[in-house]
Amino acid sequence: MGKSEIIIRLAGEGGEGVISAGDMFTAGAARLGYQVFTFRTYPSQIKGGPAWYQIRVSDKSVLSMGDGVDVLIAFNEEGYRDHIGELNKDGVLIYDPDTVTPDGKGHTSYPVPFNEISRKKLDFFRGKNLVVLGTMSALFGLDPGSLEGMVRSRLARRAELLTKNLESLDHGYNYARKNIEKSDPYYLAATEKISRVVMGGNEAVAAGALAAGCRFYGGYPITPATEIFLTLAAELPKVGGVCFQAEDEMAAIGSVIGASIGGSKAMTATSGPGLSLMTEFLGYATIAEVPCVIADVQRGGPATGLPTKNEQSDFFHAVYGGHGDAPRIVVAPGSVEDCIYQTINAFNLAERYQMPVLLLSDQSLSHRTETFLPPDLSHVRLEERLTANGAAGAEFARYKLTENGISPVTIPGRPGTYSSPGLEHDEKGAPTTASKWHIAMTDKRFRKLDLAAKEGAASPRYGVRNAEIGIIGWGGTEGAIREAVDRAVAKGYKVAALHPKMVHPLTKGEIEKFVSPLKKVIVPEINYQGQFAHYLRGTLGIDVVRLNKYDGLPFCPGDIFQKIEEVI
Amino acid sequence: MVETAALTLRDYRTDVKPIWCPGCGDFGVLSSTHKALVQLQLRPENVVIASGIGCSSRLPYFVKTYGIHGLHGRSLPLATGMKLARPDLTVLAYGGDGDMFSIGTGHTPHAARRNVDITAVCMDNQIYGLTKAQTSPTSVRGYKSKSTPYGSPDEPLNPVLLALASGASFVARAYSARAKELTDLLIKGIQHKGFAFIHVKSPCVEFINTYDMLDRLVEEMPVDHDPSDLQAAMNLAVTEEKVHVGVFYESERPVYEEVAHSWFKPTDFDADAFFRRF
Repeated sequence: MGKSEIIIRLAGEGGEGVISAGDMFTAGAARLGYQVFTFRTYPSQIKGGPAWYQIRVSDKSVLSMGDGVDVLIAFNEEGYRDHIGELNKDGVLIYDPDTVTPDGKGHTSYPVPFNEISRKKLDFFRGKNLVVLGTMSALFGLDPGSLEGMVRSRLARRAELLTKNLESLDHGYNYARKNIEKSDPYYLAATEKISRVVMGGNEAVAAGALAAGCRFYGGYPITPATEIFLTLAAELPKVGGVCFQAEDEMAAIGSVIGASIGGSKAMTATSGPGLSLMTEFLGYATIAEVPCVIADVQRGGPATGLPTKNEQSDFFHAVYGGHGDAPRIVVAPGSVEDCIYQTINAFNLAERYQMPVLLLSDQSLSHRTETFLPPDLSHVRLEERLTANGAAGAEFARYKLTENGISPVTIPGRPGTYSSPGLEHDEKGAPTTASKWHIAMTDKRFRKLDLAAKEGAASPRYGVRNAEIGIIGWGGTEGAIREAVDRAVAKGYKVAALHPKMVHPLTKGEIEKFVSPLKKVIVPEINYQGQFAHYLRGTLGIDVVRLNKYDGLPFCPGDIFQKIEEVI
Repeated sequence: MVETAALTLRDYRTDVKPIWCPGCGDFGVLSSTHKALVQLQLRPENVVIASGIGCSSRLPYFVKTYGIHGLHGRSLPLATGMKLARPDLTVLAYGGDGDMFSIGTGHTPHAARRNVDITAVCMDNQIYGLTKAQTSPTSVRGYKSKSTPYGSPDEPLNPVLLALASGASFVARAYSARAKELTDLLIKGIQHKGFAFIHVKSPCVEFINTYDMLDRLVEEMPVDHDPSDLQAAMNLAVTEEKVHVGVFYESERPVYEEVAHSWFKPTDFDADAFFRRF
C-alpha cells in the first residue's frame, strides 16, 4: 500500500526548468483530480540563483505545504546540499548524476541523467523539464496519457515544439520504467476525476476584484504583486474597465482615488516598498472618505528587503502607517480561494464605510497554487456607496455629520458639486482649522470604524469546542494552523483556532469570547516583532504566546504543532 | 423639453473665500477660470478640477464644480484617474511651480506623453508662498530667500520647455494680469483634445513681486510663429529676453482614454468562464 500523499521538492538553479516542471506536474495532477498545494521560492533575478518548487499532492484535501520533503529532485549540487537535510524518513532523492554527487546516506536514491537525456539523446535541452515530468509520472503514478494531453493543450499554438516536448516526456517516463527499481512507498492512488480550479493568490485577488465590480486598476509593477496587475490588464477591458500603468506608486494610488471619486470601484496592488510610497494617499482617502482597495502582497522587508520571500511584517503599516489619526480597514485572506472572497469583502467594506481598505496577502499566498472546486459567486452580495444623487441640492453637505458617520456622496456628472478635501473641513467640505470641526470630523471618521467592528462578519473557528489552548492567526497561515490543530486534536489535545479575516478593526466581543475559557493563546506569525500579538495586547489587553519566524518561508504545520506541545 | 437658462458667473462661484493676499496673481487665474467656464457653458457638475497643495491649489474650493484638493504634487495622477474612469467629464488639473515642477515633477512628463485629455494649469510664482518664501524650482539662479540666504545655486527649470520635450500636445503660456488672453488660452486648452499644458505667470505680491518685471518682459507670440513647429516652439521657450505668451505648440494625436476605451467589450464579468480557464 503506497503513501498517497507526497511532498515533492524540485531544487536547482533559476531558469533551468525547476518552476516549469513543478507547474506542469501541478497542472497534470490537478487534471487527474488530485488536490495540490504548492510553494515556490526563487531569487530576485531572471536567470540563475537557487530556486525551489514544492508540490504537496494528495487524494485528500491539503491546506499547507506540509512538513519536510518526501521526494527531493535535485538539479544541481546546491539543490542537493541545501535541501537533503529536510528529507523525511522514507524519503527519496532523485538526482542527476551529471551534476550531483550524493553522500548516499540513509535514504533511497535514484539517479536519472536528465541532462544527458535531454541534451545528448534528444538534442533538446529545453525539454529537460518534461523529462523530469515523465520520470515523476512513472515513479509516482500520474497517468502519462493525461500528462500528454496537458502538454498538447499547453503547446497547441506551438506545433513545432510539440513533438520534441512529447518525446522528452516519453523518454523521462521510459527511462524510469526501465532503469529504476522502485523501493519507496510513495504512489498516488487512483482518484476521482473532479474538475478543480488550479490558481494562485494573485489571480484569485484579480478574480475577486472583477466579481466585486472593480472597473479601474492603477498600478506599478512590483514583486510579488505583479500578477494582480497583469491579470486585470488582460481582463478589465473585457468588462468595460480601465487598467492603467502609472509612473510610480504615488500616481497609481492617486489615479485610483481620482477614479473612485469619479464613481468607479477602483483598486491598486503593491508590496511593502510601494505601500510606503502610497501611504500619504492612504491618509487622503481617509480624510476625503474615498472608497478604494489597496492590496499589499507582503514580502520580506524593510526597504527592498527580500523581494521574493515570504513575510507578514506589514501589519503595523497597514493598520497604523502614516501620519495623523487615520482610520482604515484591513482584511487578510487565509487561502488562495479566500483571496477571492476577501477581495470582494474589501470592496464591499470600502463602499459601505467610504474609506481605504487594505488587503494583506503575502508572497507565499500569492505565488502558491491551490486546487479548489469552481466557486459559485452568483450569491455574493455586492455593495455600493451611499449616494445622494437626485437629493443633493445646491448646498450639498458631502460630509454631513450622521449618527453612524456615513454620509451620502455625489458622483460627478450629477448635481451636488463639492471639493474633495485633503484639509480638515466642515460638512460641505470647505477647509477649516476650527477645533470643533476637527473634533467632529475625527469622531465621524472613527464612528465608521466602530461600526465596521460591530458589523464585522464572524471569524471562522476551527477545532474542538472545549478548547484549552487557542491559536489566533491571520492571513496566509490559516491552512498550516488548521493542519496543526487537526494533528493536536487527533493526539487528544484540546485545541481550537480563530482566524479573523477583518484584522482591523477586530470584532472585540468575538475575540474575547474565544479567549476567555483558554489557558493559553498562541499567535503564530511570520515576522520578528509579533505585530499581531502586539496589536491584540494593545487593543484588547490579551496576553499571548508568540510564535514568530522570519526566515522568508511560510509555516509548516509541524512548527505550530510543536508550539502547541510546548505550551500544553 | 425644458429650456435651460444660460449659465452665468454666479453659477460657478462658491461662498468659500479665497485665502490669497490682495493682488495675488491667483485671483486672475480664478477669475479667468470662471469666465472660461461661462463662455464654454460647461455645466458645473460636468467639470472636475483637481489640484495639489499650496496657495494656488486652493482654487477648486472657489469654483463651483466638482473638485479634488489633493496632495502636494499629485494633481495630475488624480486628474488622470478621473478622466480615464469618466471621459465624459471635463477635467482640469491646477497646481503651482512646486507642485508640478518639484515634488510632482515625476508626473508631469508622463501625463504629457500619455496625452490624457486634461488641461493642466501651472500657476508659477517662482516661490513657495504658503510656507513663507522659500526658493522654488523656477526661482532664478542667485535668488536669495530664507532657504537660500546666499543665493540659489540652482538653475531654474523651464516649465514650457519641459512640457514640449515631454510630448504635450498643447503648450501655452499666459500672464495672470492679462485676463482676456488667459481666459482665451484656458478655453483653447479645454477645447484641445489631449493633454494641454498652460504655464501661467502668476506673481506673488507678498514675497517676490514680479509684476513690474513681467509687465516689461511679457510679449505676445511672434506673428509668424507656427504652433505646429515643435522646434520653433522650443526656440521660443528658451528665449531669455522675453516672456512669450500665447500658444507655443499644438498638435493632434491619439488620446489615451479613447484608446483604452476602444478595447472595451460591454459584457459583465463571467466568473464561471473565468475560473474554467484555471
